[in-house]
Amino acid sequence: MDYNLMREFADSWGLLAMALFFVACIAFALRPGGKTHADQAARIPLKDD
Amino acid sequence: MRFGTEIVLLSLFAFAALVAAGFGADEPFRQHMWVLFFAVAGFTAILLRNTEFKPATPVDPTAYMDGPIRYGAIATVFWGVVGMLVGVVIALQLAYPDLNIQPWFNFGRLRPLHTSGVVFAFGGNALLCTSLYVVQRTCRARLFGGNLAWFVFWGYQLFIVMAATGYLLGITESREYAEPEWYVDLWLTVVWVAYLLLFLGTILKRKEPHIYVANWFYLSFIVTIAMLHVVNNLSMPASFLGSKSYSAFSGVQDALTQWWYGHNAVGFFLTAGFLGMMYYFVPKQVNRPVYSYRLSIIHFWALIFLYIWAGPHHLHYTALPDWAQTLGMVFSIMLWMPSWGGMINGLMTLSGAWDKIRTDPIVRMMVAAIAFYGMSTFEGPMMSIKTVNSLSHYTDWTIGHVHSGALGWVGLITFGAIYYMVPKLWNRQRLYSMRLVTWHFWLATLGIVVYAAVMWVSGIMQGLMWREYDEQGFLVYSFAETVAAMHPYYVMRAAGGAMYLTGMLIMAWNVAMTILGYQREEQPLPGSVPALQPAQ
Amino acid sequence: MGLIDKHALIERNATLLLVGSLLVVTVGGIVEIAPLFYLDNTIEKVEGMRPYSPLELVGRNIYVREGCYLCHSQMIRPFRDEVERYGHYSLAAESMYDHPFQWGSKRTGPDLARVGDRYSNSWHVQHLTDPRSVVPESIMPSYAFLKDKPIEVKDFSTHLVANRRVGVPYSDDMIAEANADLMAQADPDADTSGLEGRYPKAKLGDFDGNPQQVTEMDALVAYLQMLGTLADFKNYDEAAGYR
Repeated sequence: MDYNLMREFADSWGLLAMALFFVACIAFALRPGGKTHADQAARIPLKDD
Repeated sequence: MRFGTEIVLLSLFAFAALVAAGFGADEPFRQHMWVLFFAVAGFTAILLRNTEFKPATPVDPTAYMDGPIRYGAIATVFWGVVGMLVGVVIALQLAYPDLNIQPWFNFGRLRPLHTSGVVFAFGGNALLCTSLYVVQRTCRARLFGGNLAWFVFWGYQLFIVMAATGYLLGITESREYAEPEWYVDLWLTVVWVAYLLLFLGTILKRKEPHIYVANWFYLSFIVTIAMLHVVNNLSMPASFLGSKSYSAFSGVQDALTQWWYGHNAVGFFLTAGFLGMMYYFVPKQVNRPVYSYRLSIIHFWALIFLYIWAGPHHLHYTALPDWAQTLGMVFSIMLWMPSWGGMINGLMTLSGAWDKIRTDPIVRMMVAAIAFYGMSTFEGPMMSIKTVNSLSHYTDWTIGHVHSGALGWVGLITFGAIYYMVPKLWNRQRLYSMRLVTWHFWLATLGIVVYAAVMWVSGIMQGLMWREYDEQGFLVYSFAETVAAMHPYYVMRAAGGAMYLTGMLIMAWNVAMTILGYQREEQPLPGSVPALQPAQ
Repeated sequence: MGLIDKHALIERNATLLLVGSLLVVTVGGIVEIAPLFYLDNTIEKVEGMRPYSPLELVGRNIYVREGCYLCHSQMIRPFRDEVERYGHYSLAAESMYDHPFQWGSKRTGPDLARVGDRYSNSWHVQHLTDPRSVVPESIMPSYAFLKDKPIEVKDFSTHLVANRRVGVPYSDDMIAEANADLMAQADPDADTSGLEGRYPKAKLGDFDGNPQQVTEMDALVAYLQMLGTLADFKNYDEAAGYR
């Protein structure tokens, strides 16, 4: 495995995979129906301690 | 008998240190082992004196374990004073070199004491105690593992003492922010794994179904630091009874490994960990949930994903291959986005409660911290651009940048969290004095502004003087002339640092009086109590 | 079960969260650092580099111990002003035996990558003893105590062995002669023919002005005087070295 091969992979499929992962993270966070779930989680620290 | 096993193990540990002090291969190692012996033996003696033979009172498994957190809060304040004091001393040494006292108190030995003192002793204890405070309250579970938390706390203090005394004795690996030698590194690894177990174990036994986002940041900080610490400190000791070791890597590989570590010490120790603090203490202090929980999740993944690549920007135009430099620059610039996303999220948590900035000095401190976070995460990507870096690298500009992040972001958010926690941990109605918090806030903020502004001027001036040519094509300034030109700025920088230290001393006084149970009689701050309005 | 529900799993499962974040942070390190170890062109081809002689290595350890790297870089960048001030820009090959590297990150004082042969031994000793007596603007601390500290190492060969274990090509001969070479290099009366064969271009003789004793000052000055003197730039192919 030489460097050029790795580089080719990195700026094609590697780049695509990373971009997809990132988009998936954002899509998940902004998914419809996630709002109530997130709002619940956000209130965790405010329940009594 | 309480502490039975602990006392036996500690005595063996002290004995081993004594043996190493006798048979050490080099003088600094023997001295260092004497330090270890006295530290461990002293601790054993304290345990012995506190031993009781009556059965221990049963522990309530539902109550939070706050003992180590109380100690951690005190340790944070104590090491903060020490680390910042050393900082002011070395700032003065640069202005007045006669203040160097060879060999132990020369700049070269004190500087790591300052950086480790504020980053690992002050910042580390702040992360340790707040993470344990937050994880229990957001998981609704007592800390995992019984006395494990006490081991982590005292083990970490031993690491600090060994690292600090080692620097003064000249025991260093010369890796910035990872200077302790191999045996101290091994000890920290043990303590850190225990910390990971403690934190993860507590999350696993939680009663809350969801893991709150602050814990994500804390967890990623703990696990990433573990990885970075182990890889960066791989080295071969010259003798197992000696202080000297040789790094496993050499030259360019060693440089990139070190700055991969160095930048992520900033990214995960000084950023991710303290963001965990922000995501818990800011909502608590303003009493409203974080602005957008979903943004905080994006913030988390984007931040840990991008930060790890940014290290090579410390090595622009060096013998590091160009492709690695470019990669580091691209990721550093991209980092600007999640950083500002996080800043907006933190600031907007105050929406609807903006008046608290005026009335509550603790909120003001937290808001200023987030603002400094935004400022230094804008400056950082800018300095990672190669053309900017060609001017800023090797100059005081870098020092100024680090301090706007460390004093502004890390310092102020820690102060806010400590001011929030201390009355709760000791069951006090309120802090000893809110007016002293205001004093602390202004001294700290002014100190940072003076410090950063002075370092911008001196750094840019230094960079420009080094590269200035006259019409005949000769360099205008000798190096010595550029050193002389820095003098007034070094004096002003020391003044800025001294202001910040003064604020820290006020905090120490305020916290100590609160713990002792005093409340200062004072006029409440304007606006903190609703004023009576005349009837219309 | 879609991808989206899987993330909900991560949010509720601490172990998965741990593994997930560890994976994300490992990728960057591996992709960036790993290639440096096996790419042939990471380190340029240049003649003249050799491992440090024992005395130079002791001096280097003192340089590390005193934190000199905190104020002095050893990395000249390829800019006109730096090359004019300090000499040829630094190559990766020049630090290939450096465990650890000493590139530094701050220039409170000047770069030292090529300070060797620029000043006399006695200048260095005077400068380290009382910096402002030779450079009035200097803000460097005094290191006068080095003159009074004789080098006391029971067996320095263990240091060469440790270096060999991490990849520095010290020969059996070098390791066997380590203690003798250490003393001989700073002794004007010693027979140094073997030493010169093992460490070409090594600087010889008394360094600190006190021939009776081999002190830490001897070692540090011996190290400073060889910095940047090894690589042979006459035969260096700049275009081939670019990467």
